[in-house]
Amino acid sequence: MVATDTHEGVARPRPTDAASLAAWTIAAQVVDPEIPVLTIEDLGVLRSVKVTSDAVAVTLTPTYSGCPAMDAMRDDVLEVLTGAGYENVSVRLVLSPAWTTDWMSEIGKAKLREYGIAAPTGHSAARGSGPAGPIRLTMAVKCPRCSSLNTRELAHFGSTSCKSLYECRDCLEPFDYFKVL
Amino acid sequence: MSDDQKADAPAADHGHVAVDVDTLDAELIEGPSDATTDIAEYALWLGDDSLVLAQQLAAWISRAPELEEDVALGNVALDLIGHARSLLHYAGTASNRTEDDLAYWRTEPDFRSLHIVEQPNGDFAHTIARQFVVAHYLFELYNRLRASADATLAAIAAKAVKEVDYHRDHSTQWVLRLAHGTDESRRRIITAFSDLWPYVDEIFRDEPLIDRLEGIAVRPSSLRAAFDDAIAPVLAEAELEVPHGFVASGGGRTGRHSEHLAFLLAEMQVLTRAHPGASW
Repeated sequence: MVATDTHEGVARPRPTDAASLAAWTIAAQVVDPEIPVLTIEDLGVLRSVKVTSDAVAVTLTPTYSGCPAMDAMRDDVLEVLTGAGYENVSVRLVLSPAWTTDWMSEIGKAKLREYGIAAPTGHSAARGSGPAGPIRLTMAVKCPRCSSLNTRELAHFGSTSCKSLYECRDCLEPFDYFKVL
Repeated sequence: MSDDQKADAPAADHGHVAVDVDTLDAELIEGPSDATTDIAEYALWLGDDSLVLAQQLAAWISRAPELEEDVALGNVALDLIGHARSLLHYAGTASNRTEDDLAYWRTEPDFRSLHIVEQPNGDFAHTIARQFVVAHYLFELYNRLRASADATLAAIAAKAVKEVDYHRDHSTQWVLRLAHGTDESRRRIITAFSDLWPYVDEIFRDEPLIDRLEGIAVRPSSLRAAFDDAIAPVLAEAELEVPHGFVASGGGRTGRHSEHLAFLLAEMQVLTRAHPGASW
């Protein structure tokens, strides 16, 4: 499964040297403060960890440009690495390459569903220029409670930047959907 | 400190605030290099558009027609604040000013935003019409800016275009809903487009700065056709006509603004200026 390995390499670019990998493993435990079942590694937000003789440099990428959870994640990475005995820890935010829900791990998606949030359905496809079209076509979103595909979007925008609000027409429960980006 | 001094206070001299370099560094989204003066000016154009529009949209929170719209407009504002932060931070690298310094300590003539973003929220239809125009423009802009020769602008654009895509979709759905809703909702969206259209022209005007940023900036006039093509099918579906009429003078890119911007800035900046360095 070469393609999958390549995809994982982009989504979770783990360092190859042992010292950096050890620090990565620690940083990777930090969770999203809004969705605490997901780690920053599950999300694909953790982009690099580099240990040098006297410092650790970490880079994260924001899910959404204005996501306020980034500040908490950055502080938590600083805290967890400092707590593990590392000194001179720095955390940088990088924008490129832009984060996509395609980087979310399969384990992360399973944890999301268990938590009651529908995982992103399908892949991000940058739409070209030209008309948005009056109707945006999306794949059916599965209800995380009863697995019905008979669901509908109530609102594009939900409780956080990354989610939209859905309701299930079978079990009648509303639920969050982690929208494709 | 006099008001005059405050307004132009440099980055490291916000009244009694010491700017902590470590803290700031961590907050900033870093690009590979500092902006040149011209690129910084261009980043201000785009950053100020997003900042002013975000401030306007935030005013809807708790006042939108339904709770979902409070949330939606708040989320759109949050995305725009994110873009503004990146762009203003980058602009500030040319003059050693921080994003906050640029947002809170410049006065009206120093803002480079378009007149359309400072148009009042009005009723919900006016906000949706403004959102429809600006989101479609920003989508075409960022879609092209992704290919900028400037790596930082390209990175900001590649991130922003995906978010703005949702904004244009949101406003499109509302334009259709209002146009095909009640007689009253249709009357209001028609009025909104009619009031707003004079300010559309300025979006696509080229300024001398653009000539100096070939390959880096996107020439505004080159976006007009794509913008028109993108909105045409929506307006057709909504059975709305593109309004005709006078074209507003504009001047936002050179710091000439309407009376609306100063009030907006006063509200946005009052806390920082009254309590320099306040944190919570």
